[in-house]
Parts: sequence; C-alpha cells; structure tokens
Amino acid sequence: MKKTVMLFLLAVAMTACTRHDQAPALPTATARGAALVEVSGSKQVQRIGAALDQPVVLQVNDAQGAAVKGALVKLSGTNGTAFEPGAALTDDSGQFTALVSAPGQAGHFEVAASTQSSDGKTVEIKLDEMALGYEQLLGRQLNQQFCNRCHDPESTTERVSNMDNLDPKPHPFSEGDTLNKMSDADLVSIISHGGGALNKSPSMPPFGYTLSKSDIQALVSYIRAVADPPYHAPGATYANK
Amino acid sequence: MLLAVVAAIAPARDLFRDWRQYQRQYLRLVHGRPDAAQLERRFSGGIQQIWIPDLQVVDRCTTCHVALKEANLADVSEQPFRKHPAMPHSLTEFGCVICHRGQGPATSSQEAHHATEAWEEPLLPAKYMEASCGQCHLTALRGTPVLNQGRQLLERKGCAHCHTIKLADGTAVQPTDNPPPLNHIAEKTTREWIFAFVRNPQAYAATASMPNFAFSDDNARDISAFLIAQSTPSGYGPKIAAMKAKPFTPDATSLPEGTSLYGQSFCASCHAAQNAGGNLVGGDLGPEITRIGSKVRPEWLQEWIRDPNGYDADTTMPHYRFNDKQVGLLTNYLLSKTDSDLLANVKLEAATQQQIDHGRALVVENGCAACHKIEGVKKPENFAPDLSREGSKPFAQLTFPKGVKPSLPDYISSKIHDPRSFGPNLKMPKYTLAPAELDALSTALLSLTDRANSLPSRLRIASTHDSRYEPAGKAGRLISDLRCLSCHRINGRGGDMAADLSWEGSSVQRPWLVDFLKNPNTLRPALIRRMPKFNLSDAEINTLTDYMQTVYQSPAIDADSIPAGSLTPQLVEQGRQLFYSKYQCQSCHIIDPKQDKGYIGPVLSQVGLRLTPAWVFHWFKDPQSLRPGSQEPNQNMTDEDARALTAYMMSLKTRAKTEAK
Repeated sequence: MKKTVMLFLLAVAMTACTRHDQAPALPTATARGAALVEVSGSKQVQRIGAALDQPVVLQVNDAQGAAVKGALVKLSGTNGTAFEPGAALTDDSGQFTALVSAPGQAGHFEVAASTQSSDGKTVEIKLDEMALGYEQLLGRQLNQQFCNRCHDPESTTERVSNMDNLDPKPHPFSEGDTLNKMSDADLVSIISHGGGALNKSPSMPPFGYTLSKSDIQALVSYIRAVADPPYHAPGATYANK
Repeated sequence: MLLAVVAAIAPARDLFRDWRQYQRQYLRLVHGRPDAAQLERRFSGGIQQIWIPDLQVVDRCTTCHVALKEANLADVSEQPFRKHPAMPHSLTEFGCVICHRGQGPATSSQEAHHATEAWEEPLLPAKYMEASCGQCHLTALRGTPVLNQGRQLLERKGCAHCHTIKLADGTAVQPTDNPPPLNHIAEKTTREWIFAFVRNPQAYAATASMPNFAFSDDNARDISAFLIAQSTPSGYGPKIAAMKAKPFTPDATSLPEGTSLYGQSFCASCHAAQNAGGNLVGGDLGPEITRIGSKVRPEWLQEWIRDPNGYDADTTMPHYRFNDKQVGLLTNYLLSKTDSDLLANVKLEAATQQQIDHGRALVVENGCAACHKIEGVKKPENFAPDLSREGSKPFAQLTFPKGVKPSLPDYISSKIHDPRSFGPNLKMPKYTLAPAELDALSTALLSLTDRANSLPSRLRIASTHDSRYEPAGKAGRLISDLRCLSCHRINGRGGDMAADLSWEGSSVQRPWLVDFLKNPNTLRPALIRRMPKFNLSDAEINTLTDYMQTVYQSPAIDADSIPAGSLTPQLVEQGRQLFYSKYQCQSCHIIDPKQDKGYIGPVLSQVGLRLTPAWVFHWFKDPQSLRPGSQEPNQNMTDEDARALTAYMMSLKTRAKTEAK
C-alpha cells in the first residue's frame, strides 16, 4: 500500500515538474521614453496565419519628441498572433521593427505595443490589421480578376487603373464611409444586376451571369473585410461572457 | 491490489474530461441571451460524433465545438464556441480532420489538437490550410491561390529534376524550367564566368534560377575546368571558328539604334534587365540580361540571335529572322551590358587533368546532370528523396536543427529555406525564395499526404497536364521554329503570356491576320508585353495564315450564321446606341480615341476589319465560353441586342494611326 502511495506521489511530482515553458529572457531596457508612435505597418491585409507583407515599425520618443535608443518595446495581440521578435530594444534611430503573423481566425486583429515611460507608466498603442479567411480570399481573387481594374484607386504604369476614366468614379472597396451604409443585399444586388438596373451608374456592368451566387457572396465578404473604417454587421450583438 | 485501484478510478476519470466543462460553459454563455431557448434546443450534450465510413472519418470535435453551425453566434469569438466561417464543403459531408488534421476520435482537447506518443498528426496551422484542399483537388482552384502557386513553383523551380513528386492520381510533377545544356558551353562563355556563376549564381543575376551550392573557390575552379573540358562543338562550330579570326569590335555610336531595336523586338517580354534606378524591368521567361556582356562570347551571341536552334534544340527562344545588320546592332547593344566588378578578381591558371577529374567527380556528386545536359555524365536516377508522401512524413524520420519548432510544417519550411542548416553535408542547394513562395511550396508539399492516396477516388479531381499537341506539316515546322507555344496556348499546350490560338481561325479575318503577322501592334492599350516582329517572309505568312484559318476553328461557331447582308445600317445605328447608352461599353473600350477613355478591353476602332461577325455575335452572347476567365461580363443579352451590337462592331473599320504608342 505504501508503495502505491509512494508511486502515486512520485507520478504527481513528475507531472508537476515537467511542462513549465520557460519564456526567453527579455533584454533589459537601457533607456526609457515618454511616447510610443507608429512609423508604419498598421492596416495591412493578409491571409490567416501568414506573415504580414510589411514589418511593424514603431518608435519611442522622449517628452521633447526626440527618438530614444535602448527602450524596451513589447508586443502582444489576439490569441494566435505571432511576433518576431516579440520584444526588443529600440535601435540607434529609436525604432523597433517586428514581423507579425496573422492569427488563424479571420477578421480584424490588434497588435498592441507597449513600453515603460520614464515616469514608470506603461505607454501602449494598438495597431489594427486584417486577416482574411477562405471566403474573403476567394473574394480577393475575384476582385483582382473582375473588379480591380476599375475600382482600384491606385494606378501604375504596369497596371493602369480605369478609375480616372469613369464618371461617376467607382467606389474603392476600402471606402467604408460609403459602402458600410449599404446592406449585404444591396451589394449583392448591384454586383448581380449592374448599376443601370438600379438607377446608378450604368458603367457598372452586371456580373450575375458571369459569377455564381457564392462568388458574389465571397466578393461582398472581401469588401466588408477591407472596409476602412471597419464594417460592423448590423443586428443585435451580445456581450461576450 | 494496484489493478483494483486503477479499475475503480478509470470510469471516474471520464468525469473530469474537459468536454464536460466546455459544454457547461457553453450553456452558461447561451443562458440569458434573447435567443437562448433556440440555442439550447439545438444543443445536445454528451459525446458527439461525425462518422463517415468511406472517408474513414470519426470526428468527435463537435463535442466541444458545439456551435460550429450556429449562425446566431456570429458575435462570439471565444473558442471552442465560435461559429465556423464560410467554407466550400459541409461539415456533415467531410467532417473536420480531413482539412484540419489532428485526432478525430480523441475526447480531450490535448489529444485532439496536439501530437502525442500514440498520435503524431497535430492540427495543421491555418497558414497551410490550403494543403488540405490539395488532397482531392489536383487541379488549380480559384479559392486556393497559395496551393496553386506552390504547385507551380514545384514545376518552375525545377524541384522535380531531382525529386520524384507524384500526385495522388499517379501523375508525376514535371519540371517546366528549362536549364541550359552545358555540352557546348565553351562556345558560349568563358571559364572565368562559369567559375563566378558556380560560386554564387545570384551575384551574376539576382533572379538567376540556379540555386546556390556554396561551392568553395577550389571546387568552383575544378568544376569550371571540367565543364570547359567536356564541351564539344555545337551546330555553330564552323561559323564560330571563322568569326574568331575577325573579333567583334564594339561600336558606341550605334548603341541607341541597338537599344531601340531591342525595344521594338520586345525582347523585354521575356528577358528582364535592371534599369538605371536598379529596378528589374521585363519578363521572366528567359534569363535576366543585366550583365550579359560579362557572360557571353561575342561570336556565340551573334549566332544565337541569328538562330538559337543551332545551339539548343529545346530552347524557348524564338528564331527571329534578323538580318546581318540587326544581328550586329543587338549584339553590340547586349555586349555593352557589362559589370566590370563581376570577373575582376577571377584569375584562373590553366586547368590540370587532376582538377578536371575532380571537377567531374563534383558534377556527378552534386547531380548537375539532373538539370543540365553534360557530355559524358548521365542524368542521375532518383537523385533526391521521393516527396510523394512528404505531407505525412513520419515524425521519427524528422530531424530538427536548433531553433526549428518540432513539427512537420516547420521541418518542411526550414528545410526548403536553408537545407544545409540540417547538416553541412546535405546536397540540396539554397534557393532564393520570398517568404510567400516558401509558404506556398510548403503548402504544396503538405498536400501530399497518405490520406490523399487513401481517399475514395470518386472524390479526386484529377490533375490537368499540357497535351502533346504538335502542329503538323510546313506550318507546324514554322510554329515550332518561331516557338509560338512559348507564349501562346494551342489545343491544350503552350504558355499563358499571350492569347489562346486554338480557335483563332473562327475569330479573325484573314487579311487582318496577314497584316498583324507582318507588323504586330497592340490591341490592348494597357498591355506592356507585346508580340514581337519576327520579320517573316510573305510566303511564311501565307503558310501560317492558311493553316490557322483552316485548322484553328471552333466547332461552336458557324461562320455563315451571320451573313454580311443581314447587318443593315439601321441595325448598325441601333447597335451604336446600345453600345453607348444601355451597355456603356465605352467604360472599358475605346472606339473614338478623342471621346472614349476605356482603358481595359481592346481598342475597337477597327474591330470590323479584325474579327468575324459570327465570333463577335457569339462573344456578346457568352464571352467566357470563348475565353474562360475573360473579364468581359456576360450581360445575358437578347439575340436582337447581340445582333445589333455585332452590326455596329462590323461597321468599325477606321485604320487608326495613333492606336499603338
């Protein structure tokens, strides 16, 4: 009996002792600033799980607005977001650069960066990024094939956008101020039937005979995903408990 | 005694399974919501299971993920209660693990999600999720851009030269890159250049497709010695010997003329070069030519420009019919593109037999002949491991260098990224890959699973491959000599840079085709890549047009269905109004360059000279049936509208002078 108890205790002790993931030691800050500002890297769009195309670059400034070298910046974010590195000291120009990988769930996700200010407070800023799931990715493909040539506000010599040639101008899909006011049904309807049929610009042709219903749904899903300001689905939302 | 205790405790263990806790948590979450009654009614407690015998699916994931189908819970982001996002297949048809991997029958989240001693297949990270689609879908899918890119890279990066990669339907991945033959290399370049390139291909051209083998100076010296020694004369042989007597003299004054001939010949459609700003401009079908002057011998370059077939019968480069003056201008221009730093420090003594022998041994050892034709060295068989089941590679066979997370996806990704970090003696060289390319390749390899091979074959969407189409006869020889299939696709074979020509005979009028082959101009104002001018003779043009007009016909288009007499002036006017008001075609097309601005579709000011009425009518009715993937939307036109628009199109015969820039 004693032996059994001993064995049991030993087993408990063993399980208690294994599995303590040691977090890598953080570098020690050699300086502190007063403010944390974004240099670049917010509002990127990437598929779920993949690294954002551009790194997130942040800068620590002192009270006078001068860059501070050696301040410790830490990143945290939505569950599943990955950072490389997750924490580091600012470089000679007071900047901190990290690669961010999107989480496995589609939707907006937040990258929170923080640093300790010289008066001992935690200064934090949050960057908004977007992860695309299957449906939005499909929408992005369709956008590039059928929509972007007119709805792309940016025109390059490699790929000329037709937007400037049209009157009225098409709405870029990121134009949340306008598109967020339209319901899903409105968007589906204008994509399917074209502008002419709905007393809007007849320059927008109907795509209901070219794309399937699920294709059009995917496009709507993509348009919602890239809306800026972000789109919030209507209807009751309940507090998460 | 011990047995009795274990037997007594065993059932009790089940009470502490985490699924019970999650189900209680779910009911608490739902409680108090206005739609609680509904949600509670749809909830069923206890172990849940999706059982699909013929797919070998026994998935109990829905025991904890209780609300995967709850549309009401769109606002809940907490796991395991989140609604499943939109997906192309239904949960009841395929279950969970076919896509997500993990252990379906497990009843604890630890065992279901992670690898254990008895189960080595953990959940697949989201960024590789498209690998799962690739188990059944062996063709490209619109919804799987990453997988498609990965499969293309497996072909384009030449992975299949060394590795056997078989898809689940038994077809093997075929490399589509075209590494140059080396059996006449001494005619083409110098030993010094070979040395420098073998040392570090990317130092010569950042886009060089040859990976870096990290050869030492001594090894690169010996390989260059062997490659020069094995070289035999090509078809150019005698001509080159004659030219060597009269060396090529550079001529700075004719550089502008050569530059513009390079532009007019649209060499940049396939070859890229760095411009003054350091940006790479041009296509990637042929090698980058930024430093070509430091590479090739002048006499070889002249012959190559004259007729590439004499050196390499398998090249994708077309045989332009350049005259002597044009050959001289282009050679002069290309030779001016040098980099004095490239070979500045390369000093090689005459090769010894010992070095040549060692070079040969290195060439054999590193499998150079898997990609290149080399005199006296056979293409090695099964040179590298078979990757046909790489996505299910047993954990016991994996090794991990320091810093690599012990999982199969991380193993594959790190191994492609830096093979030698797994051991200095590994033969696989280092490829230059962007992070997205690395993800894509890993995704493609992760799709090659045991499951892909054991799923019922009715689920499999077989892979598509290029046909073996060979155009016949005299025209066929011309089409092959001009390498039309390097850019155009015909009857299921060929490139995708230019239009599919399978039905070109139904589509265009003969006089237009003759004019176009004489002097190709662009149809689409926004396109940069254009058809080159091959300087064809009238007889050659006649042969080609006759063949295309007769053979490349669509069975769906009856050339006599729209007689020219039926397109009356009234119909033309009706079509004009439809064009500008109802359908607003000017949004994308230009007829009158002063008034229309559409910058997407082809310019239509002389479409009446180019296309046949039957093709145009058919196009208005259903564009995608003629060109799958065309941007032109199907407008579900009535026959009347389509006929009127056809009449208007056929009336447009203005030979616009300003059309091509």
